[in-house]
Amino acid sequence: MLSWKWILWAIGSLLSFIGLGLLMTSPNHISLFANSRTLLLPGRTTDGHYQIELSCESCHSAPFTDVNALQDACIRCHGEELSRVEDSHPRAKFTDPRNADRVAKLDARWCITCHREHQPEVTSAMGLSLPTDYCFACHENVGSDRPTHKDLGFETCSINGCHNFHDNQALYEDFLTQHRDDQATDVNAKLPERNLREWALTNTSVREIAKPIHLGSNDHNAPATTKNIGLVVQDWSESSHAASGINCLDCHRSEDGTWQNNLDHQACKRCHPSEIEGFMTSRHGMRISVGLSPMQPSLARLPMRTQSSHKTLTCESCHASHKYNTSHAAVEACIGCHKDRHSLEYKNSPHYALWQKSVAGQGSPGSGVSCASCHFPRIANYTDRNRVTVVHNQNDYLRPNEKMIRPVCLSCHGLGFTLDALADSSLVQSNFQSTPKPTVDSINFATVLRWSLEGRRPPWEKNSDKPQPKQ
Amino acid sequence: MNIYAQRVPALSIVACCAAASACSSPKSTSGSISPKLMADALHAVMESDRTVYTKFVVNRLTKEEKVIEATEHWKDESTLPLPAQMFRMGAEMASAKQLGFTYSLLSKWPINKQNTPRTEVEKVGLDFVAEHKGENYYAEEVLGDAKYFTAVYADTAVAEACISCHNDHPDSPREDFVLNEVMGGVVIRIAR
Repeated sequence: MLSWKWILWAIGSLLSFIGLGLLMTSPNHISLFANSRTLLLPGRTTDGHYQIELSCESCHSAPFTDVNALQDACIRCHGEELSRVEDSHPRAKFTDPRNADRVAKLDARWCITCHREHQPEVTSAMGLSLPTDYCFACHENVGSDRPTHKDLGFETCSINGCHNFHDNQALYEDFLTQHRDDQATDVNAKLPERNLREWALTNTSVREIAKPIHLGSNDHNAPATTKNIGLVVQDWSESSHAASGINCLDCHRSEDGTWQNNLDHQACKRCHPSEIEGFMTSRHGMRISVGLSPMQPSLARLPMRTQSSHKTLTCESCHASHKYNTSHAAVEACIGCHKDRHSLEYKNSPHYALWQKSVAGQGSPGSGVSCASCHFPRIANYTDRNRVTVVHNQNDYLRPNEKMIRPVCLSCHGLGFTLDALADSSLVQSNFQSTPKPTVDSINFATVLRWSLEGRRPPWEKNSDKPQPKQ
Repeated sequence: MNIYAQRVPALSIVACCAAASACSSPKSTSGSISPKLMADALHAVMESDRTVYTKFVVNRLTKEEKVIEATEHWKDESTLPLPAQMFRMGAEMASAKQLGFTYSLLSKWPINKQNTPRTEVEKVGLDFVAEHKGENYYAEEVLGDAKYFTAVYADTAVAEACISCHNDHPDSPREDFVLNEVMGGVVIRIAR
């Protein structure tokens, strides 16, 4: 006969198995237990990953994952960017046996050597979980090659706007010296114009949809049975979609050809593939891409407006249908949710004054500076250089903020002005309402170095006799 | 560390036999390919491809026909990658495949200081190939916890573009390279 102890043990075991099963269940499968996985988190997740922290399998792709699998997970999301920015410290540098002694001091073959997750007590900006003097491990002799660096602390290499471990596209010496004499601001500067319409009319994948005709409200092809369609048709007829010959069914057609009322990002992707790809890897769309519910301002760590807490982030959140007004998406959509100081100060900034003039038609196209101008910049498409697209993954140019220098700031400002501005956190917080003070020495350092190298003269001063660093 | 430095082709057959008997080269299927033979074969491909790129792409287009430049910041300046950069990019791509070998381009007078010889075999090997024209240097070394067969091959200035670039570069410690001079060496490592 079974004793009551054995019965209790069996019940306890059964409940434990059920509980563990529920914890391990993908959070979207059983909404009641959507947050149950938080119990499994070993520590606060970094700001870069907290949105997807309940999708454990996004990084831990197999139980008891080894370092190779974790590395694969890092590269799956970050590899494209590292490759695109020509990572200054690629993995191959450290897997080369000739650097084995260096790897023994700092094993930079693995992302998690420097970016350990769930360890807030040792994690600083950029998810760095090492002391900030990590450059010393390999560059302890930099003072002999670079006399200007002789007395600098190794904790200052990457925090003063001089170096970035991965992305030095705007910080390398030749680039610095080439921009030595940049003026602070070019008041006649213009941001690039988008050319999506021109691209769509010639691209084979979408030219059957986009046409060189401007549709009017009487041209719409929504079913007659569609309810309350008047305002929708009016908004659409004023949109860039109507201006590019894109009718209702072009978006609202399901796979079997029938009318589909509710759309998601897949409908947009047909004509906006790079935008959707960017969105899905961005702070706004990364939850969707790993199978979680869409991001909501209430889930954010940044300060958000209370009245926006309930919103869910999809394409429609910023590009309100059916007007798809990009001016709205570029400013009002952002500050409708964000209420950190930088966002709140935007409307007091010189950038906003330019934006107002541009929207009012008093400034030339491309002269206004919106939130999107800096955080969703217009650049030559990564894979099609003839197409100017709006980057929809703000991470590409967010932090460290030196990533913004080339695609954003240099459109209007000189490099020296930009380096000083981005290094001044109080100026960033105030949304650049004043002029930066010169604090970053990198252009001077590069200039002195170039001029002093074995008595050679820098290419931009062929007739100079002696070094004359910028004052 | 330096185990043996051999003159080619005098001792190459002996070396092949000796290495073949001890070799368990990572991707060798029959076990009959010695590390030395594998290194020589790899180098033949590298040297040929790089010479073709240097002579028939870079030198022809930049020096003879003058239709485009080859510069260090080729992406920013819409120019051709320098031959050394092409070589290095290939080395990184090959390394990512983790096939048990790596290669690099080193010099006693590099433009980038990171490409200065660091290990004892690299230092001795670069001196050897500079002093013994037409010969290679072979050795075994232990780096970290792993053992490697290491081969060093002379890197010679095969075109005007090689010497003009190195002589004119502000970071170059030398400005007197001449055509056909040994400017450095290709180092190939095969995991043992």
